[in-house]
Amino acid sequence: MASYLVSIATFAGIYAILTLGLNVMWGLTGMINLGLAGFFAVGAYASALVTTALGAPIWLGFATSAVAAALAGAVLTASTLRLRGDYLAIVTLGFAELVRLIASNEIWLTRGTDGISGIPGPLRGALSPADFNLLYFGLVVLGAGAVLVLTQRIAFSPFGRVLRSIRDDDGVAAVAGKHVARFKIAAFALGSAILGLAGAFYAHYTSYIAPDIFRPLITIYIFLALTAGGTGNGVGALVGALIVMAILEGTRFLAAEIPGLSGVQTAALREFTIGAALIVIMRVRPRGLIPEPVPMLGPATGGGREARP
Amino acid sequence: MAAQIAQLIVNGLITGALLALPTIGFTTVFAVLRFPNFALASHVTIGAFAGYVANVSLGLPIVASVLVAFAVAGASGAATDEWVLKPLRPYGALTAAIASIALTVALENVVRFSFGNELRAYDVPLYRDWRFLGVRLGPQQVENGLLAAAAVAALFAFLRFTRIGKAMRAVADNPTLASIKGIDADLVGRLVAFVAMGLAGVGGMLVGLNSSIDPLTGFRVILSVFAGAVVGGLGSVPGAVVGALVVGIGEELSLVVWDPTYRSAFGFLAILLVLTFRPRGLLGERAY
Repeated sequence: MASYLVSIATFAGIYAILTLGLNVMWGLTGMINLGLAGFFAVGAYASALVTTALGAPIWLGFATSAVAAALAGAVLTASTLRLRGDYLAIVTLGFAELVRLIASNEIWLTRGTDGISGIPGPLRGALSPADFNLLYFGLVVLGAGAVLVLTQRIAFSPFGRVLRSIRDDDGVAAVAGKHVARFKIAAFALGSAILGLAGAFYAHYTSYIAPDIFRPLITIYIFLALTAGGTGNGVGALVGALIVMAILEGTRFLAAEIPGLSGVQTAALREFTIGAALIVIMRVRPRGLIPEPVPMLGPATGGGREARP
Repeated sequence: MAAQIAQLIVNGLITGALLALPTIGFTTVFAVLRFPNFALASHVTIGAFAGYVANVSLGLPIVASVLVAFAVAGASGAATDEWVLKPLRPYGALTAAIASIALTVALENVVRFSFGNELRAYDVPLYRDWRFLGVRLGPQQVENGLLAAAAVAALFAFLRFTRIGKAMRAVADNPTLASIKGIDADLVGRLVAFVAMGLAGVGGMLVGLNSSIDPLTGFRVILSVFAGAVVGGLGSVPGAVVGALVVGIGEELSLVVWDPTYRSAFGFLAILLVLTFRPRGLLGERAY
């Protein structure tokens, strides 16, 4: 039971990192990314390949995963910069599918649907499995904490203020003399790098990755986490990740309790719950459990945009 | 080689004709309701399964089953738009887009819950392929292509000649002006959701007639649908037809270069190319 809880908590931490990455794009800058699973996969594969095929140390794998995902993010944003946000939605959704195609078919590189196994973990050989899991949980907590501190610092820096102004009205930001395109690329690349890091955390923890793990459903989990916790708010992102993990694991037990359902049906019921939960939360609590703090500058006028879920 | 290329182009034309239906649906919703409705994928699947129930369980002929696919997918499209997506549209197009992804997951799993994951095939007789100058053509393929063409023709006539079709074009063109003229944008929105998702459902059934269906049928065509809509110009109905044909033929011709598993990568490349060099697409106007 203890080892189960530790592993669930570790996955929750990885989801939290993903949610913080999405928060930089969607929460702070208002740029959509419907291909989160693709960036997660790019990070996982980059780190796994560098450490297994090239035998590089694990820290180098993490660095590679962040750089690879950031590059992918920068290229995708650059291709849609002048267009409405809807185009970025389409391109990122397509990107995630392309990543899955490549991961499934470039067998010489990714071993296709067999996946890559034997990905090294820090001190995996030297520790007992239980101790390794505890150590890794600590690392994930440290990683998520570091990303949280970093993104919160950024959010309240001048750079973060520009991002929020772009989110609320990029015309105004441009009139204020901000180079909107450059800020958008930087924000998306930063968010992508965080998603990539989450991929590396995943790969080195489970030691096995395959294309099937990076299903589009992950994108829904992460949007659910961010929306439930509070878009634009780093602490909310952490809370949201815990909520999603609780729903995922809770429904696993609940669905098993319903008699007369086949395995496919319980799986379908759980996935339905996730999709429906996101819709319900968007409807009833569009600002999340912990809404983004509104900076108080003079009297609140109630002007500007309505709360965005 | 010439015969092989000709074969790929013929296959591509038929694939493109089938793709045109969901692509028109996607682009029409974008033009009138002004957001990308990714839930289209699940309505493609719902139409395919509704047609399957009509055809296999109830024993209806193909043409009647296609009408059932249209009605059921259209009804589920209009109902979910009304109750799920419409209340979220005031928050912005991107928020509605996210909700539409969640809706896809939910609806796809309703289908999975009811029918399971196994592949299902329609009840269609097998015919020997025709051959002209080394090009093979199945009678069923031709029938599917003709059905798709008929649906597209009916839609164009509907938009061009009927009062409500004109109202739809008016709202797409300029909602403020349309409301001044007394056009009920709400009603038009509901009708658009019905017709668009109905067409998507017909597309799903026709695609399934060529092979088989399962809960992921819609998801598999969605990248090609986006590509067709973007290539033709998001928001343009004639553009959707042209774009779908370009993507259909392009996907088939790309098989000369790479493995069939990479067929859908063509769509992604086409999207990137068009967005880089001609963002409003071949026939579209609004992109900025």
